[in-house]
Amino acid sequence: MHGLVFDIAHSLAGSLVLVSFMMLYQDRLYALLNTFALHAFVLALSVAWQAYIQNAPHLYVTAAIALVFKAIVIPVVLHRVIVKLGIHREIEKVVGVGFAMLAGMGLVALSMVVMLRVTAEADPLAREDLAFALSVVLLGLLMMVTRRNAVSQVIGFMSLENGLVLAATGAKGMPLVVEISVAFSILIAFIVIGIFLFRIRERFDTVDVSALDRFRGERR
Amino acid sequence: MIESFDAVAAVLLIPLAAAALLAVLPGYQLSARVNVLAALLTFLAALSLFFGRPQPGPYLLVDDLNNVFIVLTTFIGFTTSVFSASYIGHELEVGRLTPTYLRFYHAMYQILMFAMNLALLANNIGVMWVAIEIATLTTVLMVGIYRTHEAIEAAWKYFILGSVGIALALFGTILVYMAARPVIGEGTDAMVWTILITRAAAFDPALLNVAYVFLLLGYGTKVGLAPLHAWLPDAHAEGPTPISAVLSGLLLNVALYALLRFKMLMAVNPAALAPGPLMVTMGLVSLIFASFMLYRRRDIKRMFAYSSIEHMGIIVFAFGMGGALANFAGLLHMTMHSLTKSAIFFAVGHIAQVKGTQKIADMGGLTETHPVLGWGLVLGVVAIAGLPPFGIFMSEFLVISSTFARQPWLALPLVFGILVALGALFMHLNRICFGEPRGPVAKSDASYVPMFAHLAFVLMMGIYMPPAVVTWFQNVAKLLG
Repeated sequence: MHGLVFDIAHSLAGSLVLVSFMMLYQDRLYALLNTFALHAFVLALSVAWQAYIQNAPHLYVTAAIALVFKAIVIPVVLHRVIVKLGIHREIEKVVGVGFAMLAGMGLVALSMVVMLRVTAEADPLAREDLAFALSVVLLGLLMMVTRRNAVSQVIGFMSLENGLVLAATGAKGMPLVVEISVAFSILIAFIVIGIFLFRIRERFDTVDVSALDRFRGERR
Repeated sequence: MIESFDAVAAVLLIPLAAAALLAVLPGYQLSARVNVLAALLTFLAALSLFFGRPQPGPYLLVDDLNNVFIVLTTFIGFTTSVFSASYIGHELEVGRLTPTYLRFYHAMYQILMFAMNLALLANNIGVMWVAIEIATLTTVLMVGIYRTHEAIEAAWKYFILGSVGIALALFGTILVYMAARPVIGEGTDAMVWTILITRAAAFDPALLNVAYVFLLLGYGTKVGLAPLHAWLPDAHAEGPTPISAVLSGLLLNVALYALLRFKMLMAVNPAALAPGPLMVTMGLVSLIFASFMLYRRRDIKRMFAYSSIEHMGIIVFAFGMGGALANFAGLLHMTMHSLTKSAIFFAVGHIAQVKGTQKIADMGGLTETHPVLGWGLVLGVVAIAGLPPFGIFMSEFLVISSTFARQPWLALPLVFGILVALGALFMHLNRICFGEPRGPVAKSDASYVPMFAHLAFVLMMGIYMPPAVVTWFQNVAKLLG
């Protein structure tokens, strides 16, 4: 592995983990949305770099999808949703920022330990990519559980999917079918979520998921 | 050869074409009929797979294992569509659904059938993942279709938990590819199941282990295994009852099928961790947890949803034990559970419509006011509780006896869980079907054919299993290792 090629791929994947951390402590929806756009942008760069070093032109398509769809279209649409719903206030958190950051660090350490140990045989680039990807996935999960707001849970889910795309592109020569499906599923997921957001709005006049808690559980 | 290829295509294309047609077709009676017809044709096409099947291609595959699943899926898909026709008509009269939503509902029903068939037929682990994702999304939409507070909450919960599960499963799938790549080489081949299984012995065991953990958690969420089951009772209780029947009877099986495929992959590699103990533990936890949860249920559909978790626990336990007999029992139990549970949901759907509620407290004396429905439910519950002479008794007996023969101490919690569940089911059954009639007593003009067809089949399997079925299941059990 050439030093520079490796270093660039490495630092791009590492930046993705870093941006995931940045998303953890954003407490305003607009800021969170902008950070997510940055997340998707870094992902696009990373995928494009993978396309270049693997000499796999189809990966450029994935990169373009990440750039156009996730870094531009989704943030813009969500921005409008937020304005329309009038919820650009502070995000409630279930746990504090400090705890979330500590838990995040723990998760990253965990994924490093697990992935680096089991992939000792694999080529170093794929191996570190996978470790970073797992970190991004776990941080996305963490974000979903520490937020109560439906929009930020959705953003957490999308950052999780970004981690999956990173893993899929890091796996050299993985068939195109999966990349398209990942992009496609995000599209569908987004439509579904959009519908849900409006339905939730229609019913509860809020997008705070805790409002749903009143209706959970057994009917009495 | 060419004919059998058509059968595979038909199983996939009929539901797709029907979905497109149903999306534009006005009028509920016509579309309900088209729905039934499409489901019937799909079932017939699936049946024809028994008589000739194509060579596995890079994307699609038919073998002994998935043939059973496909026929079961399309059969219950067909009977549920018959039930749905009479159920949905009533919902339309009551005004819980509008004609637009009904069109949407029918189209989604067929897309769900397509997705489940694709997941079962897929020879490519990537395609299988995509199909299960589509199936999840369609059911999310259908669970939320009533747009009540509870329905939206249930759909949201299902969507979030289902997506996380499906995401973990994708990560597991990517890891399997990573493990396969050094051995098989880059490209599509490294995701084709028939190629993977022949070369899996040479895969890196450590990578495969991690992959399996992700797959177990991911697809396990969809199976409804205990710590990951939270979405299941809500989704069953709040959606339309035909969807509850399809969820319990079919979608859980499809996710289980995915798990079984990967379990076979693990079994080929001698150095990889044995998936059995993990599955046994999760199965037992689900069984015992769900058995106790059955007692305090107030909602009839929610109660039977917990019963599904319990039975999926037994099935996963049986497959986790492995070996010819336990696998045979697991397969039989899965088939019997699908048939019985969907029959129960058919009965429950009509009961809830007659009574205008799903609360157990507001129902009573059904055998007096609605003898056919009441006794149908009694038969269904007797069957699902595992009493003779029904098929579930057979399969539970086989699971228990094979466990006694190999790991006697594991049989204790198993029997305990089954007995606890039996107590809970009969406690509720007594309240619903016997005693003072409670709630409205209006006549129900429902079609009882699907319910009794399922129950008759389950009864037959309990008394006499055709030798052809036995041989077939034995072959599949051997395949599962």
